[in-house]
Amino acid sequence: MNDKITIGVTGLNAIDSPGPGVGVIRSLRDCKDFDVRIIGLSYDALEPGVYMHDLVDKTYQIPYPSAGSEPLKKRLEHIHSIEKIDVIIPNFDAELANYIKLGPELKKWGIHTFLPSMEQLEVLDKMHLAEFGEKNGFLVPKTKTISSVQQIDDLGDEFDFPMVVKGRYYEAYIAKSKAQVETYFHKLNAKWGLPVIIQEFVNGTEIDIAGLGDGKGNLVGAIPMRKLYITSNGKGWSGVVLGDDNLVEMARKFVKASKWKSGFELELMRTEDEKYYVMEVNPRFPAWIFTTAAAGQNLPAALVKLVLKMPIKYFTEYEVGKMFVRYSWDLITDISEFHQLSTTGEL
Amino acid sequence: MRLKKNIAISESGYLFNPSTGDSYSVNQMAFKILEFIKEEKPIKEMSAQIIEEYDVGEQQLLEDFDDFIGHLKQLGLIDE
Repeated sequence: MNDKITIGVTGLNAIDSPGPGVGVIRSLRDCKDFDVRIIGLSYDALEPGVYMHDLVDKTYQIPYPSAGSEPLKKRLEHIHSIEKIDVIIPNFDAELANYIKLGPELKKWGIHTFLPSMEQLEVLDKMHLAEFGEKNGFLVPKTKTISSVQQIDDLGDEFDFPMVVKGRYYEAYIAKSKAQVETYFHKLNAKWGLPVIIQEFVNGTEIDIAGLGDGKGNLVGAIPMRKLYITSNGKGWSGVVLGDDNLVEMARKFVKASKWKSGFELELMRTEDEKYYVMEVNPRFPAWIFTTAAAGQNLPAALVKLVLKMPIKYFTEYEVGKMFVRYSWDLITDISEFHQLSTTGEL
Repeated sequence: MRLKKNIAISESGYLFNPSTGDSYSVNQMAFKILEFIKEEKPIKEMSAQIIEEYDVGEQQLLEDFDDFIGHLKQLGLIDE
């Protein structure tokens, strides 16, 4: 291994619906136990993280997840021949399957990943979460997948309005009528493909837990956060770290039941009668992950230590009341940088 | 009656409930009463001190106090 740990990171789209990459990189750079060289792996030449040269040392474009694992393998082989990558932290739901599939090959090359198995990933998929919840004692809103517009006719028997219409990977809308369900079905199908997910609407306060499981059923750390400001995209623009042992225990129970191996985010809804519904499990760190480092649990750094078998402490404490406030910032670059990445695939 | 565990009150009268993430700004009098509750001092001691410092009768003070406590209960900030 090099003196510096070379880490490939995806999800550099620090936009209004941000990917976690920039937060992950900030956390890694914040860790005093190792030094890193960050290789940005981008899908689009306009991902802002690409131009954050104080965070990202070098960026390579990679093929979109829909291209499958073979083109990604070829591209990573080329990048690795130059950069000698030690660890890759993928941060998009849609790309995880490719990295899981390539995991054994990457390991042969000396690239480490810290990811769940394909089976574990599927169990927590939006489409199977209700089943997981029922089996392991988590409240999950009633969920159904639909693959054709005709199936919308039958939804009235099982769901009341409003109901939630969700994309296969991202995006969700609250539909108040059958016509709206149809509109959102077509919109989500066009963008994310089938099936589209229908979910019971649960009203309450949104709480998220960012955590890390060690793959053996143990929780390395978890930080609960309440969103204080939510954008029209449903993204938390500000949040505060909560001090509630019940929430940490919930994360522990989740990791024990799933034997989760990677970062994760539990998206919860606390109802007025103080019940917690698991709305979604994101199989990767959330965009606000740097808040965990600020609160005393640097989970991305812990992931790197775990995967490289460095000494690690399992977190038991954190600082309550740490807040994040996201902001937008016009990062100035030059068209030559954009051209370089667009034409050569490297910056 | 006591404030729920971990409720934090700053000297500027800012109250934070770490379990829910809710926060409130309270005025000087509310801050004083919250301090008494936090220190679990008897209501009699609190009313005596406030009557001495402010121009308020005991009856009025206790009525306002009950209102305030009712509000705190509604917000889930105190245990019985």
